[in-house]
Amino acid sequence: MIHESNLLSLLIILPLLGAVMIGFMPRNDDWGRRITLAFTLLVFAISLPLWYLFDTSSHEMQFVTRVPWIPAFNINYAVGVDGISVLLVLLTTLIAPMCVLCSWKAIDSRVKEYMIAILVMEAMLIGVFVALDLFLFFVFWEAELIPMFLIIGVWGGQRRVYAALKFFLYTMLGSLPMLVAVLALYFTGGETFDIQTLSQGTYSETFQFWVFWAFFLAFAIKVPMFPFHTWLPDAHVEAPTAGSVMLASVMLKLGTYGFLRFSLPITPDASQAFASVVVILSLIAIIWGSYMALVQTDLKKLVAYSSVGHMGFVTLGIFVFNTQGIEGAILQMINHGITTGALFLMVGMIYERTHSRLISDCGGLRMTVPIYVTLMAIFSFASFGLPGTNAFVGEFLVMVGTFKSSILAGAIALGGVVLTVAYMLWMLQRLVWGENTRKDDVVVTDMNSREIATLLPLLVLVFWIGFHPQPFLDRMRASVAHLVSEMSSVRDARHIEGLNDATLPQILERRPPHAAMANTVAVNRTFADSCRALPCQISNRDRNQTL
Amino acid sequence: MNFVLSDLMPVLPEVFALTMACVILIVDLLVRQNGKLLTYMLVQLTLLGCAVIIVGTHENGVVYAFNNMFVDDLMSDVLKLLTCLALAMMLAYSRQYLSARGLFTGEFMVLVLFALLGMMVMISGSHFLTLYVGLELLSLSLYTIVALQRDSSVAIEASMKYFVLGALASSLLLYGMSMLYGATGTLELDAVSQAIQSGSADKNLLVFGLVFMVSGLAFKLGVVPFHMWVPDVYQGAPTAITMLIGSAPKLAAFAFAARILVQGLQPLVEHWSGMLIILAVASMAVGNISAIAQTNLKRMFAYSTITHMGFLLLGLLSGSVEGYGASMFYAVVYALMSLGGFGMILLLSRADGFEADTLADFKGLSRRSPWLAFLMLLLMFSMAGVPPTVGFYAKFSVLKAVVEAGHIWLAVVAVVFSLIGAFYYLRIVKLMYFDAPESHAPITCEQDTVLLMSANGLGVLLLGLLPGTLMSVCAVAVQQSLLLH
Repeated sequence: MIHESNLLSLLIILPLLGAVMIGFMPRNDDWGRRITLAFTLLVFAISLPLWYLFDTSSHEMQFVTRVPWIPAFNINYAVGVDGISVLLVLLTTLIAPMCVLCSWKAIDSRVKEYMIAILVMEAMLIGVFVALDLFLFFVFWEAELIPMFLIIGVWGGQRRVYAALKFFLYTMLGSLPMLVAVLALYFTGGETFDIQTLSQGTYSETFQFWVFWAFFLAFAIKVPMFPFHTWLPDAHVEAPTAGSVMLASVMLKLGTYGFLRFSLPITPDASQAFASVVVILSLIAIIWGSYMALVQTDLKKLVAYSSVGHMGFVTLGIFVFNTQGIEGAILQMINHGITTGALFLMVGMIYERTHSRLISDCGGLRMTVPIYVTLMAIFSFASFGLPGTNAFVGEFLVMVGTFKSSILAGAIALGGVVLTVAYMLWMLQRLVWGENTRKDDVVVTDMNSREIATLLPLLVLVFWIGFHPQPFLDRMRASVAHLVSEMSSVRDARHIEGLNDATLPQILERRPPHAAMANTVAVNRTFADSCRALPCQISNRDRNQTL
Repeated sequence: MNFVLSDLMPVLPEVFALTMACVILIVDLLVRQNGKLLTYMLVQLTLLGCAVIIVGTHENGVVYAFNNMFVDDLMSDVLKLLTCLALAMMLAYSRQYLSARGLFTGEFMVLVLFALLGMMVMISGSHFLTLYVGLELLSLSLYTIVALQRDSSVAIEASMKYFVLGALASSLLLYGMSMLYGATGTLELDAVSQAIQSGSADKNLLVFGLVFMVSGLAFKLGVVPFHMWVPDVYQGAPTAITMLIGSAPKLAAFAFAARILVQGLQPLVEHWSGMLIILAVASMAVGNISAIAQTNLKRMFAYSTITHMGFLLLGLLSGSVEGYGASMFYAVVYALMSLGGFGMILLLSRADGFEADTLADFKGLSRRSPWLAFLMLLLMFSMAGVPPTVGFYAKFSVLKAVVEAGHIWLAVVAVVFSLIGAFYYLRIVKLMYFDAPESHAPITCEQDTVLLMSANGLGVLLLGLLPGTLMSVCAVAVQQSLLLH
């Protein structure tokens, strides 16, 4: 039996092993696809214990492995998950088989290389989420660019070269200042790359200022936040379906995950000082992304811009610094992975039939393809957050968190929600009943069983999270509570007059342990109040907790 | 000056290389042979023999010989070993290419051995004159090798340029050395260091001497603004010879710079680190930006060398042991990557005289040979400094030293320029993977070179996954060699 602590390493090594295996196999497209699918499914199966064995009562890292890697620099191979990352790892392992399935027919040239790229990318993405060593994190963070660059550039559309180079250089532009910040942190934080140790350190305000903005640039480009989002529509439109799905479902989460893992714990003061900037940028992203989505005539571009808007909700939730906001943000990250992934898959399916991404060319489907239209409707509804679907819970929590922090910001975000509903419904309307400019010889057939199988898990998740989000929220609760209490204790400590950085640790130590708890409880109480509208047990759980 | 027999032990590798060079010169004349196989095998055996002797005569600590003119320490042993390895790889890569062009002659191989001797003396010199003699031996061998293709006007032009500018650099170095000698009264590195520390030397004279020394060094390393010879020589010389210039001598150049600046002039660190900052930033700027405009791959690599040497200087200028170790690591990694890069050009060139040295020749390589394209991809990402390839760790360790020295702005400048640099390396990946091939001519390289290429390319990846050992070897070597004096 596999030991628990090796689980995460196995998740990274297995896809790489698969990639090497395919690399040394004779060129046979069918077997390449099958083996890749087998490996991704195996990885998914192995990742399931993360869901079952995860201890929901602890905010500590779990499934931890720590091996010295470059002892001279005190660099370790350290992996582990907590409530923030566990769901993202599961999302990655879930999405990977779908990427293989959706490329089954769509990719017919250089299948071997394609499958290798997909497997390597899966391994690198899992690595980013589980790395507990800043250096290791950076290695995965950068390495994941290589397969994506190739996927967009080799198997992409018309302007693939432009899109691939833009994607790579833009992301690198963000990550190189981060590298300098990582090094600065290493020397200031006591010559260590350990993320937890670095998170516990206290740093001067000027230092936090620089580190925050260096990290911000890297993460904001990845999310992507306004005004760094321009690479996204290009990359999405030119990438093959699997590339878009991987990009939207998982890769965009790297940025928001980075905010939660690094910006908030390591630079809490700077995060709070500049929260308003980030909130404003998020609001612009929500409105601007939705507005741009409204005017698109290209299906893929529409979904790409909708990503900008949706990710705006995530960053908004993170930077209001309360339990609802952050829980909502994490849930919204998962939700966005599910719904937008599904939408990209569906766009890819119609593209395979019509060879056009223009809404008008795909439009007027009416009842010729009932399964496709039904699923498209469900995922579109889920995308704008119809009650009963997953995005409703996430967006609701983010909105609650935002309203608690600022009525104005909440009101603007609400406007974004309305826009989201508008462009999604309009798209659906055009797709189903709209004008049809297809050539006569293009026949749109309904989904086949492989395609239905691809979407089925996502469909289940849409309603599972929609009606019963409790298990998901349970898993992130302890970690989020810990993060929020850390943040607010810093804020409380700051209120004491004449405080300087040197005395901060002492004050934190002197704080009775229940003070932090009380804070969490207080937050939870208001959360419970605000959640009464939800037809599920969130409120019950929280009430129990409070009492 | 007394001759002591025990002095011979530390110089045994050099003695062996010299003897073998002379033997091979004669054997090559006497033996009639096809394809110079015997000579080639003898040269490879010499390199192997040198490596064995270096390992065999290794002693812990620092051993001086010939009245402190020559030093044998861990750094010199490591660098000499790697120099032998780099030359062996270079010969193996270029045999087919040079034979087809009639350049694989006995003279060439003997000159390579003399270059090796020069590099070994440079690496082990602990006296300005020893260092200078080593440098000249290397340089004169290289000038001649570049001109070996007598009927090629570009090669002759390259050789002339190399010679004239090289001679100018040598004279600058000599001038600087003479000033330092005037100020301190000695040419021995350790004694120079002590004299400066004692404060008895005239500061103005020292700094003047230093300026000339640094200029000379900059010429030899090929950093901006002393870089003009690099692109022309790289492009003009036959590719195999460009590979020779671009790989092993960079190791020797690092040792040369480290010996002079660290072992000899460490007390003047505040002066020379400022000069190196200017050289490094200028090199990274000019190298990266000019490389974008190139269509000839060899010329592009020339500008990329300029950039890499700028990066190497970053480690030196940080003035810490970690920084010197990082620089040494960088030099080793660079030599490996450069061997691979030029090796790929050699592999794709054909016996009929076709040179695969323009960017267009790499179009669609992934369709013509997926494996070679993959190896080149690894090499390019490594040169661009993208993890998990070893190039990233080289850049990382240098940047780490720079940040530790407090030059955060310099680290930012360096990463910004490596972003610009990433563009032209990516362009090669783009050509190989995204574009359709222009020619479908089969790739006619021998299996053993492909094997070597695979080892080289995968080495870049493996060293990237497990960089710890090489990093600590470099760190320990520098620590033991440059600090114990």
